[in-house]
Amino acid sequence: MTDAPILSVSELSKNFGGVRALNQVSFDLQPGELLGVIGPNGSGKTTLVNLITRFVKPTSGEVFFKGKKISHLPPYKIVRLGIARTFQMVKPFYQLPAYKNMIIPLYSPRMRQLAGGHYGDRDAMALDLLEEVGFERDAHVAYKTAGALPQGYLKRLELAKALALQPDLFILDELFSGLSLAEVASIVPIIEKIRMAGKTIIMIEHRLKELFRIADRVIVMNYGEKIADGPAEAVMEDEAVKSAYLGTEAG
Amino acid sequence: MKKRKERIDRGIKARSSDIFALLSWREMLYLAAPRLLPVIVCLLLPLLLGPYWQKVLLSVAVVALLAISWDILAQTGMVSLGQALFFGVGAYCSGAMNHYWGLSPVLTIPIASLLGGLICTLILLPVLRLRGIYFSMVTLIIPLILVRIVEATKIFGGTEGLSGMTPLPSTWFELYLSMAVLLAVLFGFRRMMDSDYGLVLKGINDNDRSVINAGINIYWFKAQSLFIAGAIGAFCGAFMTHVYMFVGMPVFALDYSILPIAAAVVGGPGTLAGATLGAFILVPMSEALRGFGGLRIVLYGVFLVVFIVALPEGIFHYIQRKYHQIERWVEVDK
Ligand SMILES: Nc1ncnc2c1ncn2[C@@H]1O[C@H](COP(=O)(O)OP(=O)(O)OP(=O)(O)O)[C@@H](O)[C@H]1O
Ligand SMILES: [Mg+2]
Repeated sequence: MTDAPILSVSELSKNFGGVRALNQVSFDLQPGELLGVIGPNGSGKTTLVNLITRFVKPTSGEVFFKGKKISHLPPYKIVRLGIARTFQMVKPFYQLPAYKNMIIPLYSPRMRQLAGGHYGDRDAMALDLLEEVGFERDAHVAYKTAGALPQGYLKRLELAKALALQPDLFILDELFSGLSLAEVASIVPIIEKIRMAGKTIIMIEHRLKELFRIADRVIVMNYGEKIADGPAEAVMEDEAVKSAYLGTEAG
Repeated sequence: MKKRKERIDRGIKARSSDIFALLSWREMLYLAAPRLLPVIVCLLLPLLLGPYWQKVLLSVAVVALLAISWDILAQTGMVSLGQALFFGVGAYCSGAMNHYWGLSPVLTIPIASLLGGLICTLILLPVLRLRGIYFSMVTLIIPLILVRIVEATKIFGGTEGLSGMTPLPSTWFELYLSMAVLLAVLFGFRRMMDSDYGLVLKGINDNDRSVINAGINIYWFKAQSLFIAGAIGAFCGAFMTHVYMFVGMPVFALDYSILPIAAAVVGGPGTLAGATLGAFILVPMSEALRGFGGLRIVLYGVFLVVFIVALPEGIFHYIQRKYHQIERWVEVDK
C-alpha cells in the first residue's frame, strides 16, 4: 500500500432535488486492486459510478485519476484517460449484429492514442475481443443481431466494449445481475484475467458470494454514505453493515 | 422435372455472406439493378422531358438534396424543421459573391456550399446540446429571424433582393449538374452512413450514452454531420440563385423546410434513397395537381396522409423488401 493511488475520491456528494443520493464519500484505490462496492437498492452505488465517470455532475467533491483531477472534465475525456465503465442497464444497438456493436468503442480516439494512429481492421478486432469474452467463434454468435442474444451475452458484449478501450481502470456496474450461476461462473475467469494483466477494477455487485471470492476489498454503501471499508470478512462482521443489510433484506 | 420457387438472392447468400460469388448474368443484374436504375433515370429524364417538366426536374433535384440533408441530420439525432436555413444561407452566399464581387458561378456555387455549411454549423453550434423538439424548434425559428433581419437592415437588397445574377451556361448544364450532384450525394453519403464513421453518427441518435462511453465527443461529430447537411442544403440555394438569376427573402420560405421532410418521410427515412424517391414522387405530383386550383393543397395533403397510412415504413423500404423477395423457378431433383 505504498504506491500512489490510481483513483482518489474525495468527499463526493450529489443531490437530486431534495434527495441526497451521495453524501461525502471518500476512498483511495491502489493500482491493481479489485474493489467491490455493495449496498442495498438505492444506496447510491450507480450514482457513485456516474460521478466518477462524470456522466452526472457532482454537487461537490473531487476525483483524481493517476494524480490528475478529473472531476471537472467531460465524460468522453475521462474515458480517453483510461477509465471504462459498463452500464447496469445494458442498451446495445439491438438491430445490429453483436460484432458491429463493438465498432463504436473501436472507433474511439483512445485507440488512436494507444496505437499511435495505426488501426487494424475493426471487424476483425471486434471478433477477437468477443471471442475473448466467450462468444464462441465456431458457433458464429458474434454475427447474431444483439436483439436476438440472451442477457448473458449482452453482459459479455458490455464487458467486451470496455475491454476494447484498453483502460487502466474498469468500473463494472452490476455485471452479474440477471445472470444464472453458470453464466456468472463463466465470466469470473475473464475478470480474473483482466486482473492478472495488472488492471484496477471496481465492481458494483449484489451477488455477494461471487464478489467476495474475487474482491480484495469491499466498500459498503447505505443511504448515500460509505458505512464500511475493508476486507470482505471484516466488513461483513461490522454492526452497521449487518443492520443495513439484514434490515433491508429481512425487512 | 419438379420445380420449386426460391429467392433470386438465395444462391448468392448461400455461397458467401460478404464476398459475392456471382454465377450468372441474372445474379449480376439482380445486384446491379438497384444501383444502375437511378443512374439511368437521372441521365435519361432530362432528354425525355419537355421544357416545363425540365424545370420541375430541377425542383425535384433540389427537394431530393434537401431531403437527403434532412435524413443525414435525422440519422444523427437532429430533427431539422429548418432546411430553409441551409438553402437560404447558400443562396445569399452565392448571390452576394456574384453580385458584389462578380465571381462566376463556377466559383460561387462550390464556395457558397462550403461557406454556407460552415455558417449554418456555426449558427447552430450553441444549440447542439439541445435534444429532440428543442433543437427542432430552434431550426424552425432561425430562418424566420434571418428573413426579418434582411428586411429590417436592408442588407443584400432588403425586400427587393439581388437580381441580375450570372446565369448558368445552359438549361442542359443546369439539368446535368443537378442530376450529377444528386447522384454523387446519394451514393457517396449512403456509403458514408454504412461505414464505421456512419455507425458512430447513427449511434449518437440511437444511444448517445454508449458513444460518449467510447471516449467520443458527440458534439464534434454532430457538428460534422451538421456541416455535411448544411453544405448539401447550401448547394441547393447557391444553385437555384443562378438558375433564377435572383436571390431574395423567399429563399427562407417554409416550403424549403416542409417539402423535404414530407419527401423523406413518404419515401422512407434512414436510407437517403427513400428521401430521393420521395422527392421524385411528391414534387411532380404537386405539379400535376396544379389544374385543381384551390383544391390542390387539399388533394396533396390527402395523398400525403394516404401514403403515410398505407406505407408507414416508407415507399423505399417497401420496394426494397419486395425486391429481396423476388423469386425464380429452380429445378428440384426427384
Ligand atoms: N437521475 C436521477 N434523478 C433523481 N434521483 C436519482 C437519479 N439517479 C438516482 N437517483 C436517486 O438516487 C438514489 C441512489 O440511486 P442509485 O441508482 O445510485 O442506487 P444504486 O445503489 O445503484 O441502486 P441499485 O442497487 O438499485 O442499482 C436513489 O434514491 C435514486 O432514486
Ligand atoms: Mg445501481
